[in-house]
Amino acid sequence: MFSLSRKDLVALVVFAAVVLTMPVWLAPLGASYPGLMQKFAIYAIFAIGFNILFGLTGYLSFGHAAFIGVGSYTAVWSFKLLTMDIVPAMVFAIITTGAFALVIGYFSLRRTGIYFSILTLAFAQMCYSLAYSVLTPITNGETGLLLARDDPRYLDAMFGAQANVAGLPQPTLLGNSVTGYTGFYLCAAILIIAFYVSQKIFASPFGMALRGIKSNQTRMNYTGFNTKPYMLAAFVISGMFAGLAGGLLSITDPLAGAERMKWTESGNVVLMTILGGVGTLFGPVIGAWLIKYFENIFSAINTNMLNSFFSFLPDGVQSFVVTVLSKFVGEGWHLTLGLMFVLIVVFLPGGLVEGFQRLMARLKRRKAAPDSATSVQPAE
Amino acid sequence: MNVFLAQLLNGLDKGGAYALIALGLTLVFGTLGVVNFAHGALFMLGCFCAVTFRYLITLETVTVDPEKLSPWGAPVEVRTPLVQSWFGDFGAVLVDYSVPISILLAIPTMLIIGIAMERGIIKHFYKRTHAEQILVTFGLAIVLQEIVRSFFGANPVPQPIPTDLRGAADIGVWFGMAPHVLTYPWWRLIYLLFSGLVIGAVFAFLQFTTFGMVVRAGMADRETVGLMGIDIDRRFTIVFGLAAVVAGVAGVMYTPLLAPNYHLGMDFLVLSFVVVVVGGMGSLPGAVAAGFLLGILQSFASMTEVKSLIPGIDQVIIYLVAVIILLVRPRGLMGRRGIMES
Repeated sequence: MFSLSRKDLVALVVFAAVVLTMPVWLAPLGASYPGLMQKFAIYAIFAIGFNILFGLTGYLSFGHAAFIGVGSYTAVWSFKLLTMDIVPAMVFAIITTGAFALVIGYFSLRRTGIYFSILTLAFAQMCYSLAYSVLTPITNGETGLLLARDDPRYLDAMFGAQANVAGLPQPTLLGNSVTGYTGFYLCAAILIIAFYVSQKIFASPFGMALRGIKSNQTRMNYTGFNTKPYMLAAFVISGMFAGLAGGLLSITDPLAGAERMKWTESGNVVLMTILGGVGTLFGPVIGAWLIKYFENIFSAINTNMLNSFFSFLPDGVQSFVVTVLSKFVGEGWHLTLGLMFVLIVVFLPGGLVEGFQRLMARLKRRKAAPDSATSVQPAE
Repeated sequence: MNVFLAQLLNGLDKGGAYALIALGLTLVFGTLGVVNFAHGALFMLGCFCAVTFRYLITLETVTVDPEKLSPWGAPVEVRTPLVQSWFGDFGAVLVDYSVPISILLAIPTMLIIGIAMERGIIKHFYKRTHAEQILVTFGLAIVLQEIVRSFFGANPVPQPIPTDLRGAADIGVWFGMAPHVLTYPWWRLIYLLFSGLVIGAVFAFLQFTTFGMVVRAGMADRETVGLMGIDIDRRFTIVFGLAAVVAGVAGVMYTPLLAPNYHLGMDFLVLSFVVVVVGGMGSLPGAVAAGFLLGILQSFASMTEVKSLIPGIDQVIIYLVAVIILLVRPRGLMGRRGIMES
């Protein structure tokens, strides 16, 4: 049941190695601090989950940010009410988000195509506006849901853990603190498991059915195949991944805010998946990493850095180049993001993975070309 | 009864904005078959046409007047807008009426932007899936809004209402009520009339001109129109430009009601999509009707009586209506049978 094909096993091992050695190979890129790497891992989980829906079935959901929000809120509530241990928090985050996705999915999946996108968008927007207005007792509105010293934490109180710690309590895993590198390796481990799950789904009959739905749902229906439960299962699984990511986000920072549910956030995860490659195993992960990396690097660059970088140019040219480029970095990094988005969708709809495959194919052909030329025998 | 009327009127001007945006969206969807997520950004660009125009027209010379002294004894700087120094009183009127006048700037600008957008990017996406169209136009919307932000900053830029048009009209009197029973701000009234005018103009254009006839024929059966030797693609490009203009002028006139900021487009986009869906994809009268309907519904939902009955309803009413419509009657209120029904 847990076995993988040889190819998948190799992929999993490679993936695990890449993830676990992140602190090493990210160091020269200037991104090897645990907080950021943890984000890499979390958003990769989010994108993997989104890909199970969008990549396999082709249903474009514009409301996945709602699930991340629900996951965060649930995790923080578990911290507040039960215990600072993260295991129950994660379990509750996944279960709640799953239930949530079940409801939203049940209704949204009655429609396909753009109507499905708009339905998910409408549901997510409802959650977002409600979180800001009526649900403030649960979500604490604009301030965001915070931990407090005098939260009940019934389970912790029962076992007398963390009774007298100065300051705010920190999330723990079975009593161990999960800050810094521990936190990163925790997220990395979960990411590898998530990747494994997505491999299993891709290779399973279930995954095949989902692909069948993507290529022609009507035909699937005509062959006597009830696609509804499959779609709903895919939707719920992908929602659960998002909930898990949301829960993990609130471990990094135990503060859940409604801005995580904004619809542009849903757009971001779509972008991650597209950029890397829809429907591929590695694509979403690569996309998530690239976007989070660029977000971090580009938004940190400022005019002074640009000035010193281009100081070799003549003065007039330098100031011109810096003025133009400064629109794309720092605050304006979203502009770069948008441009990237447009370019990718226009020129490389299969994402970077497809681009890489095309490149490899071209190289192979070039290498193969001389061989085939010599091997052609003149017809006598 | 008066409360009812007041809420109805309050909803109408917002409904006018929704209707105008949704009209453009529907035009684009009906003609080109493209789901344009950048349409909200076009509305936002229209708003910033007004901002730019006001900026240009209020470029001023600063002179120091040695006669007048401020309370601290420093000479007072006198700022005169250039237009005023050139044209005198007429210039002052120009500055005062900058918002409505900037429509003259917005129309050509939006037409050019719209046509450039269609020719540059969107024409490559006719044959692609709706999902890909959504994605590319979503990216485009991000680009447009970030460009605007890099020029105008992240803060809202309020635009003034012309002095003569401030205050409220006592419209209750017109209907034989006692004075001050039913008042309505002049500018909102103007916006309502304006949106009615634009909608009427678009419909008249489609109904009574040869161009409009060709476009309608193309909406019904693009291939046949093409086979008759009509370059339908070029017509549709112009329709895209037209939709951009409609969104743009809707934005220009909306600036005094809501100070525009760079993400205004995204905020309106979701709403206007909902409007389009409620009205029925591809149905122009549906878009207009649904625009006004949802504007009014939203205004009623924000009444305190309703809010106390169902808390939070004012925030979600529009989405709720959309969800119900999509689930119960996916072709929308006025959509044609068989078009986009699944």
